[in-house]
Amino acid sequence: MDDNLRREIILDNYQEPFHKGLVEEDGYCKINTSSKSCIDNLDFILKKNGDIIEDIRFDGEACAISTSASSILIRKLIGKKEEEAIQILENYRNMIEEKEYDEELLGELTVYDQISKQPNRKNCALLPNVAIEKLLGVMNHGKQHASDEEFKTC
Amino acid sequence: MNREDFPMLKEDIVYFDNGATTLKPQCVIDRMNEYYSHHTSNIHRGDYDAAVITNEAYDHVRDIIGHFVHADPSCCIYTSGTTMSINMIVFGYMRYHLHKGDEVLLNKAEHASNILPWIRLQEEIGFTIRYVPLEDDYSLTLDSIKSCVTSHTKVISLAHVTNVIGDVRDVESIGSYCHENHILFCVDGAQSVPHMKVDFEKCHMDFLSFSGHKMCGPTGVGVLIGRKELLEEMKPLCYGGGMNASFEEDNSYELKEIPIRFEAGTPPIAEVIGLGEAILYLERIGLEKIHQYEKELKEYLLSKVKDIPTIRVYHQSSESGIFSFNIKGVFAQDTSIYLNHYHIYVRAGNHCAKLLKDVMDVKNTVRVSMYFYNTKEDVDRLIEALQNSDHLYQIVL
Repeated sequence: MDDNLRREIILDNYQEPFHKGLVEEDGYCKINTSSKSCIDNLDFILKKNGDIIEDIRFDGEACAISTSASSILIRKLIGKKEEEAIQILENYRNMIEEKEYDEELLGELTVYDQISKQPNRKNCALLPNVAIEKLLGVMNHGKQHASDEEFKTC
Repeated sequence: MNREDFPMLKEDIVYFDNGATTLKPQCVIDRMNEYYSHHTSNIHRGDYDAAVITNEAYDHVRDIIGHFVHADPSCCIYTSGTTMSINMIVFGYMRYHLHKGDEVLLNKAEHASNILPWIRLQEEIGFTIRYVPLEDDYSLTLDSIKSCVTSHTKVISLAHVTNVIGDVRDVESIGSYCHENHILFCVDGAQSVPHMKVDFEKCHMDFLSFSGHKMCGPTGVGVLIGRKELLEEMKPLCYGGGMNASFEEDNSYELKEIPIRFEAGTPPIAEVIGLGEAILYLERIGLEKIHQYEKELKEYLLSKVKDIPTIRVYHQSSESGIFSFNIKGVFAQDTSIYLNHYHIYVRAGNHCAKLLKDVMDVKNTVRVSMYFYNTKEDVDRLIEALQNSDHLYQIVL
């Protein structure tokens, strides 16, 4: 992807993030996620309808990468079946961690395919991924299944 | 000044993260290497030559510390750093001397290490923590403290220099006031002892804590100084070898004298020796000179930064080398990543002062913290980068 286009997409999502701001309604599960390697601190809420992800929202203070990644990832996941969402989350993580991944499945999320060149920002890009994985884990199993050693939950 | 003493400054960097930790001069590195290369041995237990040399060097550092901050060397305890020192005060002394109904005065500009231990102990005892209001420039005055003191106030604990605002508290006046009113005065010297002359006795301090690694010394070592009669009543947090005189099958035991009883187990020997060397090094330069130099450098920085309209400065008058700011509309971490592109090392975050957000309308800032080896050229590089920050996202994204 062209660097300018990549930057434009990230910046748009940072400056006008999708679904930033929480709502106080029934049916949502909430989690706070912060990274030990940076100062990002975000709350996420998620609501399901059967096995469909009906809504995800987030709020808090975070850098351009974390905020924009939250925005793009949320837009991508809303309306998806949980199984599809998990597949997207797994592929997104693989991309950030420089493993094999399905580019088509990720679409706009591939703006972060170069993030591994800045190792200290990988956690920023993964922050929403971890939060949403945890939320799904909490809703389904009453426990977290994301990598707790990397991220703490307050 | 003295840049040639620091190996890391041979690299093309501007090191502005001295509030977190300082660079190490070659003499400190050499002194520690000397211990490891020629005199490795444990303390207090050896009769061979290396052990005797090490023992003397280790014990002598207490004299160096005592002279440095004008305190009784036998009341200088080696700890792992300021955090441990404050925890020792809170859980070793205060736990046995504070009661329900007592009041401890803190303020919202303090580092976590001078708030969280108190919060934890009040959970246990039920005393009251009161936060002394800060002024509009986030400084703390004796008048504000006085307005919060009641007949129940037993302790005032504060940083001499705060780590986000960088204001220098008038510890001499506050100490005198505490002394006259029989209030225990605990001082966190982590950001002051490395940068200015601190006088434990003159300021009527009851406890003083500081870290080695913020004053050209190694990580893993710090100091707690207490008045002798208080230390006599303080209980160790750690028990084991080195600190006991005897223990018997009937569960009786006797502890060694102060300060040894607070240093259970093998201490950070190389680090203590390195800290001693760092203090001697700072004394050779002169603390008054260091403080004056940093104040001038800060004034230079403020005079330059005021011409950059995109910079929000959070304090103008603090007399230390600490300067916190944000580029308007930019998250602090993005700014620090941007500055790193120019090899300018700063720190972004709340800097562990998590209550400060209640009084400032911002949670995270970029902190520049200077030391005597920083120069006007360093400041100029920072200013140039900030002036050109309109292309920040081209760098960080």
